[in-house]
Amino acid sequence: MNWTWDVIFENLPKLLDGALLTLELVLISGLIGVMLSLPLALMRVSKRRWLQAFPFAYIFFFRGTPLLIQIFLVYYGASQFDVIRESALWPILREPYWCAIITFALHTAAYIAELLRGAIQSIPKGEIEAAKALGMSYPLMLRRIILPRAFGIMMPAYGNEVILMLKGSALASTITLLDLTGMARTIIARTYTPLEIFLAAGIIYLIISALIIGLFRMLENHFNRHQQAREKPQDLDAQH
Amino acid sequence: MSLKKALAAATLVAATVSAPFAMAADKVRIATEGAYAPFNFIDESGKLKGFDVDIANALCEKMKADCTIVAQDWDGIIPGLMARKYDAVIASMSITPERSRVVDFSEPYYSNSLIFVAPKSSKFSPKSVDGKVIGAQRATIAGQYLEDNLADKVTVKLYDTQDNAYLDLASGRLDAIVSDQLPAYDWLRSEDGQAFEFKGEKIDIDDKIGIAIRKNDKLREKMNKALQDILADGTYDRINAKYFPFSIY
Repeated sequence: MNWTWDVIFENLPKLLDGALLTLELVLISGLIGVMLSLPLALMRVSKRRWLQAFPFAYIFFFRGTPLLIQIFLVYYGASQFDVIRESALWPILREPYWCAIITFALHTAAYIAELLRGAIQSIPKGEIEAAKALGMSYPLMLRRIILPRAFGIMMPAYGNEVILMLKGSALASTITLLDLTGMARTIIARTYTPLEIFLAAGIIYLIISALIIGLFRMLENHFNRHQQAREKPQDLDAQH
Repeated sequence: MSLKKALAAATLVAATVSAPFAMAADKVRIATEGAYAPFNFIDESGKLKGFDVDIANALCEKMKADCTIVAQDWDGIIPGLMARKYDAVIASMSITPERSRVVDFSEPYYSNSLIFVAPKSSKFSPKSVDGKVIGAQRATIAGQYLEDNLADKVTVKLYDTQDNAYLDLASGRLDAIVSDQLPAYDWLRSEDGQAFEFKGEKIDIDDKIGIAIRKNDKLREKMNKALQDILADGTYDRINAKYFPFSIY
């Protein structure tokens, strides 16, 4: 196997363009996903049975089917129907960019909702009771106690989900988008140097992952700052 | 152990090891894509069928080789050959200088040209393409033609398979596609292709289709010989007639 390193440097600007689109897809779909997940999770933890049904079915569908199938259903599937092609939604649904954003957002929302549900349910009972004892209303309690605590609890798992979405976003290349993977495949179609170009793309993915991990470290520290010692504990052993 | 004995033992070992290889028929693994009707496709029963597959089988018969034909996604088909996952690619592959740098090709086994396909109801003309959205399959001659000749005038969309490009032509996301003429001819005759037609003249790009083989593999000579044989004895014409009412050689 002869390695041709030049090909990486020649095509680096294109790969970085692709990386930018990948970041954009993950970021925008991630933000929409978080917003969607909030009502889903709250309905899911509701004590009313009928409110639980929709988020249960939603989460069951989006966690239970592959992302590739979902993106094909939205992009190739929906466009088969005249009703959709003639509807007001078509200007959005005809764009592969929006199809990818919509699919990724719906997909990640299901996972985040489930993380959020778990986090809400694992808040120590005493904290909720204390809030109630202070006479907080449910919306106030949600804003001041439940959600901030839940975000802190779910943050490490959510960081994981964002990284999974970063890698899942490679599927955007199957609907003509030139994200990092799509760009790499298009370059390889001309140069026939899969090892070199995929290696370069892999390293760019690693760098983006590292940035995401760093960002979530900071977010974790922010949301869980009450759990950290203000000052370095000293001589703890000596006191015993 | 004397030198003589050692030599004898070594010869014996060598003979035992090499015997099974010498006796069995040559094993040749051939890859095709399986998503390029009527040249190669997977039928209802999950079997690989089509012109390429028939040609591959005919060649194997002439070479007296024991062949297995596998399906492989298009954009990984040359990397797979180079990685020795199989020994030959018979998948309607155009002989291009870019590909010839990494693999060897047999003599051509048919010729192809490109053509635009658009809905019958559309006024699309290859003469005025400015601002149009045009699709093709990624890593194909059609895709390269678009990128090389029209990239500054049109929006180019590249698809993983020809079928996905057809789907997006039907959905209206594409104004037209550039496609190899022969499979498009077949598609236009199918139920899905009824609403579409060729636009403009075919684009002659001197596109010859060959069998890709790893660089310096002796298999190339055998393939060429077998190809001559099936052209001479009428096998090729019989296969041709199964798919097209005109000669595609």
